[in-house]
Amino acid sequence: MTAVVSSPSATRRAQPRGATIAKVFEGLCFAAATALLAALGGLLVALLIGGWPALRRFGFGFFTTSAWNPVTDVYGAAGPVVGTLVTSALALALALPVAGGVAFFLTELCPAPLRRPIGTAVELLAGIPSIVYGMWGLFVFAPMFSKFVQLPLMMAAKPGSLLEKLTVGVPNGSGILSASIILAIMILPFMAATLRELLLTVPAAVRESAYGLGATTAEVVMSVTLPYVRGGAIGAVMLGLGRALGETMAVTFIIGNAHGFPKSLFDSGSTIASTIANEFTEATSPVHTSALIALGLVLFVITFTVLALARLLLRRQESRL
Amino acid sequence: MIRTILVALTASLALAACSGGDKAKTPAASGGVAISGAGATFPAPLYAKWAETQKAETGLALNYQAIGSGGGIKQIKAGTVAFGATDKPLKADELTQAGLVQFPTVMGGVVPVANLPGVAKGQLKLTGPLLADIYLGKVAKWSDPAVAAVNPGVKLPNLAITVVHRSDGSGTSFLFTSYLTQVAPQWTVGASDSVAWPTGLGGKGNDGVAAFVKQTPGAIGYVEYAYAKQNDMTYALMQNAAGAFVIPAADSFAAAAAGADWSKAPGFYLLLLNQPGQNAWPITGATFILLHAKQADPAKGQSVLKFFDWAYAKGDATAQSLDYVPLPADLKARVRQSWSAVTGPDGKPVYVAP
Repeated sequence: MTAVVSSPSATRRAQPRGATIAKVFEGLCFAAATALLAALGGLLVALLIGGWPALRRFGFGFFTTSAWNPVTDVYGAAGPVVGTLVTSALALALALPVAGGVAFFLTELCPAPLRRPIGTAVELLAGIPSIVYGMWGLFVFAPMFSKFVQLPLMMAAKPGSLLEKLTVGVPNGSGILSASIILAIMILPFMAATLRELLLTVPAAVRESAYGLGATTAEVVMSVTLPYVRGGAIGAVMLGLGRALGETMAVTFIIGNAHGFPKSLFDSGSTIASTIANEFTEATSPVHTSALIALGLVLFVITFTVLALARLLLRRQESRL
Repeated sequence: MIRTILVALTASLALAACSGGDKAKTPAASGGVAISGAGATFPAPLYAKWAETQKAETGLALNYQAIGSGGGIKQIKAGTVAFGATDKPLKADELTQAGLVQFPTVMGGVVPVANLPGVAKGQLKLTGPLLADIYLGKVAKWSDPAVAAVNPGVKLPNLAITVVHRSDGSGTSFLFTSYLTQVAPQWTVGASDSVAWPTGLGGKGNDGVAAFVKQTPGAIGYVEYAYAKQNDMTYALMQNAAGAFVIPAADSFAAAAAGADWSKAPGFYLLLLNQPGQNAWPITGATFILLHAKQADPAKGQSVLKFFDWAYAKGDATAQSLDYVPLPADLKARVRQSWSAVTGPDGKPVYVAP
């Protein structure tokens, strides 16, 4: 209102009727944006307050040690942090090529009648609750993974070889690699769907002119569409990574839930989210609760850093264009 | 100006939402008959069944949230529920400090289960110290002489032992680790809902442990008795304080309760671990209810006690059908007597058992 009053009355009369609505709309949008920021800030403050007793008690050691002992009330976050980063990175490495393949197939190669069913199926995958992935992982995927992947690999490994070191563990289908594969399946639809939408934004004229110059499909993808969407693609990948970092139930079911650092691909481990999910309800000592909240803070910071880095990458891409 | 107002409005809304969150769980004070409880997941199916029958019979409604024993203790201390439920009893001094009373409702047992090709159900025998060595990773193969020593005549496979434990904080883990602490001096890991397990992998919930054991030849785990029975799992016999190897079953849990001396347990703080008695199952435990000793609203406290009085009187068959073990009659009488400690603002007991 101040803006309207301060402006000369002549302009006010001349303003179209929609101006008031535009002001209200502007205000609503601004409120929505600030509310979001306030919620984010409130979350950070709440986590800091809740985690403070543990952070004060263990100091910097909280981030560098992997001891996690509810009996003696000694906690260190390094084990779950490493588990979170390793599983997310592995999941990303597994999911990205597949997601890219799906997206390219849908936009470039897929016969028109199949495009819609496959596209819908991919989006449907994204809608399945994580607990369903977890149960499927534990009861269906794990036995098969143990029989067809873990056991053959463990038997093929020569004593003393790198493969043997990577495959030490209990061959029952649980562990770091299994969790990463489940995670990869879960983040794949997000990335595939976003990538597909991005690829569809490439103007047909650009693509067609490349074909017109005699480029093959692979060449068009590699040198025309991919560079065109590179910036957005990083965003899509980060979206998937964000989900992988925070995924809880599915991982809890299959990662094996052992504290400390995982020693191999088949070893049990834990992630920040799985540790919180496992112990929060039964944490009665104040330090235990506080340590779990501090873990939440660490996850918040990791996710924030990852997304901030993604922004930075994007900006660099944009400035180069 | 609109902008400022809107910002102020959203900010205050956000604040209201923040501060209102905690109180959302408070039960509706009106009505008087509906009671709210929260806590242990182990007795939740039974409490639900009891509540269903009682609502039909007496109109007394119960709203029970299975949020875990730790949550039950937190909620009753915070005063957001009429009663809390826990598998891990509070010690007498902690009860007095928090102004709470405690009593057991039903019992259950923790049963070691194994996946041993060629070894049938109930063939494997275990002792407390052997179980501790297995869970410490000291005995890592089923062919270890230490296992053979307590299992003469049983052909044990030459398999690595995969230790499976609960990953989530659990009263089952509390009982299991408390038992190991009590019977095996080498078990220095301690006893709690969640501990720093020296070896093995964690499954989420009884299902998670059971799935890992079933999928891993050579695995050993521990689950609630009801779970082992309903899923027909391969259990092991345990050596009890009398030196006998017993089968996990309702009567061996009852035997453990019968051998316990409740008169020397202030606040009913008693873990039924390694109890005397030829037939007593060594890893038995009860689940408990926590109440405020001073009830601000006597009607509420009365409803809670009425509920459990009914359960003591008429709930045994339901408990048995769900594989819980009812308390022995003399213990029930002792609990009923203890209820006189629950008083209203006027200092008079809120409920006197008939």
